[in-house]
Amino acid sequence: MSSTRAQSGTQVQLPKLGESVTEGTIGAWLKQVGDRVEKYDPLVEITTDKVNAEVPSPLSGILIEITAQEGETLPVGAGLCLIDESGAAGDAVEAVEVEQQEATLAETASEMPAATAPPNVPERNARPTGPNGAMDLLRTRSSPAVRRIAEEHGIDITQIQGSGIGGRVTKSDILQFVDGQRTAVPPATPTISAPVIPTPPPPVQQPVAPPPRPTTIAEPPTPHTQVEVYDGDTIVPLTTMRRQIAEHMVRSERTAPHVTTWMEVDMSRVVQARTRAKERFAHDEGFDLTYLPYVIKAVVHALHEHPYVNAVWDETRIIRRKAINIGVAVGLEDGLIVPVIRNADEKSIAGIARAARDLTAKARENRLTIDDVRGGTFTVNNPGTFGTILSTPLIVQPQSAILSTEAIVKRPVVIDDSIAIRSMMNLSLSIDHRVLDGLTAARFLSEVKRWLERFDPESSLY
Amino acid sequence: MTSITSGSVGVKSREDNSGRLSTEQLRQMYELMALARGLDERMWLLNRAGQAAFVISVQGHEAAQAGAGFALQPGKDFLLPYYRDLALSLHFGLTARDVMLSLLGKKGDPTSGGRQMPAHYSSSKLKIITGSSPVATQLPHAVGIALAAKLRGEDTVAITSTGEGSTSQGDFHEALNFAAVKKLPVIFFIENNGWAISVPLAKQMGVAHVSERAKGYGMAGVTVDGTDPVAVHDTVREAADRARRGEGPTLIEAMVYRFTAHSSDDDDRSYRPLGEPQELRAHDPNVRFRARLIEQGVLSEDDAKKIEAQVKAQVDDATDFAEKAPYPDASELMLHVYGS
Amino acid sequence: MATKLLIEAIHDTLAEEMRRDERVILMGEDVGVRGGVFRVSAGLIEEFGENRIIDTPLAESAIVGAAIGASLNGFLPIAEIQFFDFIHSAMNQIMNEAAKIRYRSNGDFHCPIVIRTPYGGGVHGALYHSQSLESAFTREPGLKVVAPIFPDDAAGLLRSAIHDEDPVLFLEHKKAYRLIRDEMPENGHVVPIGKARIVKSGTDATIISYGMMLHESLAAAKAIEERGGGSIEVIDLRTLRPLDTETILESVMKTGKVLIVHEANRVGGVGAEVAAIIAEEAFAWLDAPVMRIGGPEVPAMPFSKPLESAYLPNQQTIGAALERLSAF
Repeated sequence: MSSTRAQSGTQVQLPKLGESVTEGTIGAWLKQVGDRVEKYDPLVEITTDKVNAEVPSPLSGILIEITAQEGETLPVGAGLCLIDESGAAGDAVEAVEVEQQEATLAETASEMPAATAPPNVPERNARPTGPNGAMDLLRTRSSPAVRRIAEEHGIDITQIQGSGIGGRVTKSDILQFVDGQRTAVPPATPTISAPVIPTPPPPVQQPVAPPPRPTTIAEPPTPHTQVEVYDGDTIVPLTTMRRQIAEHMVRSERTAPHVTTWMEVDMSRVVQARTRAKERFAHDEGFDLTYLPYVIKAVVHALHEHPYVNAVWDETRIIRRKAINIGVAVGLEDGLIVPVIRNADEKSIAGIARAARDLTAKARENRLTIDDVRGGTFTVNNPGTFGTILSTPLIVQPQSAILSTEAIVKRPVVIDDSIAIRSMMNLSLSIDHRVLDGLTAARFLSEVKRWLERFDPESSLY
Repeated sequence: MTSITSGSVGVKSREDNSGRLSTEQLRQMYELMALARGLDERMWLLNRAGQAAFVISVQGHEAAQAGAGFALQPGKDFLLPYYRDLALSLHFGLTARDVMLSLLGKKGDPTSGGRQMPAHYSSSKLKIITGSSPVATQLPHAVGIALAAKLRGEDTVAITSTGEGSTSQGDFHEALNFAAVKKLPVIFFIENNGWAISVPLAKQMGVAHVSERAKGYGMAGVTVDGTDPVAVHDTVREAADRARRGEGPTLIEAMVYRFTAHSSDDDDRSYRPLGEPQELRAHDPNVRFRARLIEQGVLSEDDAKKIEAQVKAQVDDATDFAEKAPYPDASELMLHVYGS
Repeated sequence: MATKLLIEAIHDTLAEEMRRDERVILMGEDVGVRGGVFRVSAGLIEEFGENRIIDTPLAESAIVGAAIGASLNGFLPIAEIQFFDFIHSAMNQIMNEAAKIRYRSNGDFHCPIVIRTPYGGGVHGALYHSQSLESAFTREPGLKVVAPIFPDDAAGLLRSAIHDEDPVLFLEHKKAYRLIRDEMPENGHVVPIGKARIVKSGTDATIISYGMMLHESLAAAKAIEERGGGSIEVIDLRTLRPLDTETILESVMKTGKVLIVHEANRVGGVGAEVAAIIAEEAFAWLDAPVMRIGGPEVPAMPFSKPLESAYLPNQQTIGAALERLSAF
């Protein structure tokens, strides 16, 4: 028993980690109950659908209570832990108290903190929202339009945060999800008297996923057929990143009919240019100049000439993007991420090189922000550094095309009926055949090719 | 004379301008009355045999209708009948076969293609205007038909008939008022048989005779013995002449008998005085007219028998024809809702 | 381009069609010398005479019945019922006769009449000069029912109605007679019966309406758009029977959210049939339940100003419903 509780601390809440982020999954706690925490110390890892991030402590003090468990998915603003700023209670947290807190946690594990409630919720919400309640049905199954779109794209509706009444997923929610983007929509004021809805919405916007078990991270809630395990097999649990990559790839493949076109490019002039410039560049910039910035610059040019490639399919219309934001695929140990060079058309080759390098470094160091990875309008991938000569890349949604640059290989080619040795590189362009077709793909690709083949080795990188 | 194949009883000779019926017309009148009666009896027979779902009878009204019909000009004048007007409809050009097709709801029924119950006589070609089952609705239609004729300066007459019960309906009063104030060429022909299903005259109206109402609307009205076809003829002829002169409508009340129950769905033993139908049949207008014509030398007994034999042959032919005729196809259900 | 009031469009079309075709006649109470109690037929008797503009006795059943008869004998009669509220006396002639003549005669006869009548409220007409009875008629196969609210539609639909071989009930909103003014296309244009019109395009929700409520709905939709609340498509049904299901369903499949608005009673109104059709044929595209706004469950519109206002849907109530629909 405990006659005195430690002073209750200040609640630390899950911050908004990005423009479009509305929730996060709790990862590993980096501080434990009882630890002394300084302001800005990282407290806990959070996973969102974009990046992993760490929540820095907003204040100094003693961590006296953890209220969000590893594996839980919580909305922005949810409480994470309590920090006692007075500092005096440092070692004075009694074991009994901790027990009590744990007991309390067990009780409250299925409750959600009231802080997430929208401000103007009416008091009358006594109707049960059990499995058969209309509100539950709306939330999990939503409307016919939403179910139809979900089925078309193979989406589990419960994965999506809904902005409709009672937290239901609306058509625009799921369409945005399909695009890979979700804008934060303020929850609807649930003062609805639409005649067919018998139950008023509940007071709290419940996240739709069932509470995950604390021991494993990110078990997919949808049932799936199990593959038989043989003796000696190792089960590799899915990281959030792996799961998200998987979802994205499936979605991209399923929604966009992919067609891949290849062209050979004579990179000899570019090779010449780079050979000339690389030492000076490395000295001035502090990092190596690769072929990628040249290719990206060629792509930017071609997108200018063929703006219909810088576009995306949106159910009933095609959206042509104004900005040219080039995504650059970066391979990581356990996966892949595509940070974006924004407004690449405003950058010189050197500028592109710098931007690409910065993003790659951030990616490798797990320092990418939400804004680093959104807004891409075209993606360039360079598996050629690993030696590939052909690929069939998958489009990063929501875009219409992706270009892979393959290895530069010296090969004999015929020029003016003579044989010459040239540095040849294949370009692999996958397109969304809803937006583009063979003709437009070829035109675009040949523009890239032409720019690279005509490159003036003496031109400046700046 | 009638011919079996076409089965029509048309007007073959015109009366002279004096309005008196010729002997030929008198014979044709009797033929018409006999044919109507013969068909009607056959229909009841088929109904009792379970082959005809519904019969509503002309029996007792034939004389009045024959008289009225012969006073008019089928082909020029319009008929807006009610369900007892078998004789009038035959006179205006429907055939025995037509009638039987309609009775059995067969394809080829010119009145409605089997859509209406029997006795909804109709043919645009014959200027017999389609009617419905709610009573008296045809009276304002007659007013409209007559209005149209008058607007075009034609001397067409529209005759519309109905029972005395229908004269309680609003449409009766509205139609009479309209026709009178506009002086339209309409003959309102009320076949008063004293029964509106089970409701006797005394419970139907405060006046002793329907024709008294004419005064209330500012038009001519007359009651006539509906069992005397010649008397009815003369009365209707006078009304038609009045109408054609542009002097407006007439209300004619013909006193007739209803020999049967209201319809095959009615049992009048539950409300009619015992023995009344039999009593009335003892004074059958058809029988009396036959006797009168023989007495006047218009018909011989032989002539009469020949007519009756021909009628029977015609009725048999019509029955046979209709029984063998196909039904309308179910696919026809959705046709003729709109023209476009 | 010329502009006309709704009443002018109707009046002028009547005159044009009567000049064009001598079979066209107009009959009803006060239509002749008085020119109609709303003056829709003002001046017509002077031009066409009392044989074509006919002052009838005060007898709705006979007016319709005589019109039916005249239509069976070579004329194209337009029967006017002075107020929609008074049409009940003529129901038998309209439903049992006019609507059924073609079908019951197996196509041997047809009844090419037009029944014109002013309907709708908001003019302090109280119970018996404000009624909207459309749905009593839209359920009758064999009848056509139109309710244009724009002058050009009124002219075009009246022309179609006069020349339609079947009976057409032509509804004129009395409040709109002198309220709605709009541009007119050249003379002689025809609007086909059975076609709705998208008066305003949108992508986020659809309003389906007719009559004065169409105008209220347009205003509500525009107000919402100006506030950044989404783009609302507004459809004017124009014809209530037969419904233009194609236009309706196309819009629903585009937006997924529907609000139906009419002045007539919500329960059993035209909107009920539209909602049922949408649920049956566009279910998979619905992102919200179909919403309906209509007259309340009271026998009729009261006289006193606040009561009348409480009865009628308006831009504000429509706007509030749109907000709820958008937020669903």
